[in-house]
Amino acid sequence: MLGTCLVDSFYPEAGMDAIALLQRAGIEVIFPQSQSCCGQPAYNSGYDEQAREVARVQLQAFAADIPVVVMMGSCAGMVHNEYPKLFAGQPEEAAAIALAARSYEFSEFMVNVLQLEQQLAQAADQSPLTVALHTSCSTRRGMGVAAEHKALVENLPGVQLVEPERVTECCGFGGTFAVKQGDISAAMAADKANAIAATGCQRLVSGDCGCLMNISGTLDKQERALPVQHLASLLYTRLNGRDGSQISQKRSQQHNQNRGENA
Amino acid sequence: MSQTIVSDSMNINIEQLQQELNAEQREFNELQQRHFKVRAKMALENDALRKSFRGASDFLMGKRKAVFPDDGALSALRDRGEAIRQHSLANLPELLERLESNLTANGIQVHWAETADEACTIIHDILTANNARTVVKGKSMVTEEIELNHFLEARGIECLESDMGEYLVQLAGETPSHIIMPAIHKNKAQIARLMHARAQTSDGSQVPYTEDVDELIGNARAILRDKFMRADAGISGVNMAVANTGTLCLVENEGNGRMTTTMPKLHIAVTGIEKVVEDFSHVPELLTLLTRSATGQKISTYFNMISGPKKAAELDGPEQVHLVLVDNGRSRIFSHPVLKPTLQCIRCGACMNHCPVYARIGGHAYGSTYPGPIGQVVTPQIAGLEKHGDMLSACSLNGACGEACPVRIPLPELIRELRAEAVSPQFSDAAAVQEVMGRGAKRTLGERLIWRGWALTHRFAPLYRIMTTVLTRGRGLFRSKAAAALLSPWTDSRSTPQPARRSLHELAKARGVADQYPNSTAGKRGDHA
Repeated sequence: MLGTCLVDSFYPEAGMDAIALLQRAGIEVIFPQSQSCCGQPAYNSGYDEQAREVARVQLQAFAADIPVVVMMGSCAGMVHNEYPKLFAGQPEEAAAIALAARSYEFSEFMVNVLQLEQQLAQAADQSPLTVALHTSCSTRRGMGVAAEHKALVENLPGVQLVEPERVTECCGFGGTFAVKQGDISAAMAADKANAIAATGCQRLVSGDCGCLMNISGTLDKQERALPVQHLASLLYTRLNGRDGSQISQKRSQQHNQNRGENA
Repeated sequence: MSQTIVSDSMNINIEQLQQELNAEQREFNELQQRHFKVRAKMALENDALRKSFRGASDFLMGKRKAVFPDDGALSALRDRGEAIRQHSLANLPELLERLESNLTANGIQVHWAETADEACTIIHDILTANNARTVVKGKSMVTEEIELNHFLEARGIECLESDMGEYLVQLAGETPSHIIMPAIHKNKAQIARLMHARAQTSDGSQVPYTEDVDELIGNARAILRDKFMRADAGISGVNMAVANTGTLCLVENEGNGRMTTTMPKLHIAVTGIEKVVEDFSHVPELLTLLTRSATGQKISTYFNMISGPKKAAELDGPEQVHLVLVDNGRSRIFSHPVLKPTLQCIRCGACMNHCPVYARIGGHAYGSTYPGPIGQVVTPQIAGLEKHGDMLSACSLNGACGEACPVRIPLPELIRELRAEAVSPQFSDAAAVQEVMGRGAKRTLGERLIWRGWALTHRFAPLYRIMTTVLTRGRGLFRSKAAAALLSPWTDSRSTPQPARRSLHELAKARGVADQYPNSTAGKRGDHA
């Protein structure tokens, strides 16, 4: 699994929930500890050399010839679509092409490999929940898996999927764009936040944590905070009937115990 | 402001209105000299402007969607469009020669201009050789690009735009804000004020104040009709130039293109060298894509095919037809290995209609002839990264433009490539490689250090671990005001993000998730710092 740097420090429960979902399907999950970031921030800013330096680390971390599940659409797009270009004419070109070919965006793997959408009927938690799904631009256009995203949410019993106005429009995150063109980005985020709030949803779900951070941060600043979740967490918590935050807490405790044992 | 003016023209103080418009024009000119970010901010704060562009984008996206109901068919059409345009580019030098020889055989005089200035000079020379003092213009973006009106007016030649939108923009002393709908930034009331204050009928009287669209257009039509009758020359653009037949195709909706190219005795067509297609059979396929992508029309109201000056037995048409083929940086684009698809563009404007940034800041914020995604790609290449590199950051790389492009120009890829050009060191042997004008213009020490630091922390596992530990253990600090200040502009409109208690690296390790394939975690556990 390529957790991605944003999930790593800000939404780690998404990664853990995805790991649990994969293990539940009988898959042995490897999480290479040497992984960091796909290199996209530098790449999108035009700093190809720095992007390559960091991407090279991922090529090594994910050298084993097994499928790689990427926890964000935008990072999946980077690996799947951009690595072959980034390493064109470089010694690692073949490795980059190979990794691109066996990398999957999270929902893509869940639907097209595991057919998880067909196994959601027996979800433990079937309580009514209104969910707005934000499919990121890279998930929709870069990876072309908007339908997979939707299928997973739609097939959860009890979950009502609501569609915000201008659903395909960018939320204004765009990585460094949000900082370099703060005013434009904020205007886009405000519109997206309004559209999502207008659906009256109880929860915002996305497969991209950059968008989640952007939209929820905007709503939060406007004092109309909305619970947000990575798609993996929604699936795992619904299937297992447990609240996500409790899970994270429990994991933290487990972790502390482990630390104690190791010391 | 415009709402306070009652529709009764008797109550409008014309002098005051003219002063207001002069002030607005001065403001416009001043703003165009400022930095991209200033223009963007001003545009974002202008509610009327935001409303105009949001409305236009929604309307045009809806219209396009309605004429492309079948995704599969659209995809096949786009494949064809791309193939035709790539075929043209692959054979560009030869096709241009063929075009020249067939145009010449048809009696159309061909001129080649390497730069904008050369193009203007050629056109000026043709006009003076024919004693032409008044010119009517059909809508043409390439003449905006070479700033032809300015050039000719400085030399005492009157140029009147005859496309309604272009006419309004000229009347206001502005530049087009959209390549298909030049005056899309103006609402009805603003146009009514403009026409009333600045337009003059042929007998020199004021146009009455009206917000009625039909009346507004009727007034402009009457003024323009008179100019068509008297103009010494007509200048138009070209949508497609057919090499095999020597035909110039012109797409338009108002009939002004036909009047411009048939009524005056002299017709000068101007086009970029990339607009050539090989065969006539390519025309309907591109035309279908062009009108549907641009305005959602199955076909434009007028489609002109110009194949020469008036023949001996014919009653009307120009006595002379000229074509000026403009390079103005296109050869350089042609030679670039990644940026070459820039020249596939058929100037439909779909990329700007679908761009969420354009929908919010409008065309003028870009400060260039071509706005929106294609503008971000074309402008730095023809006018240099130094002057126009800043607009490249105004893109979230969301891909909506690339998805809408009828000829599949990979616009986000090209924008990214230009960002790389803007921050890359200049080639030591610039002559050997065709580099983008102003390569490295946005290369700053500060940014380079940031990215070097970023690369270091993400390359070396111990450094990365330290960083995530600082983030997660120091998460409490993210609640402080200092953190919010440090993280501006993110935090200006968003709450400060909260790192998790433990990173995924830590959680996975704690859970015993294998670190390597095949599973060898057991041996690695002792490594835990």
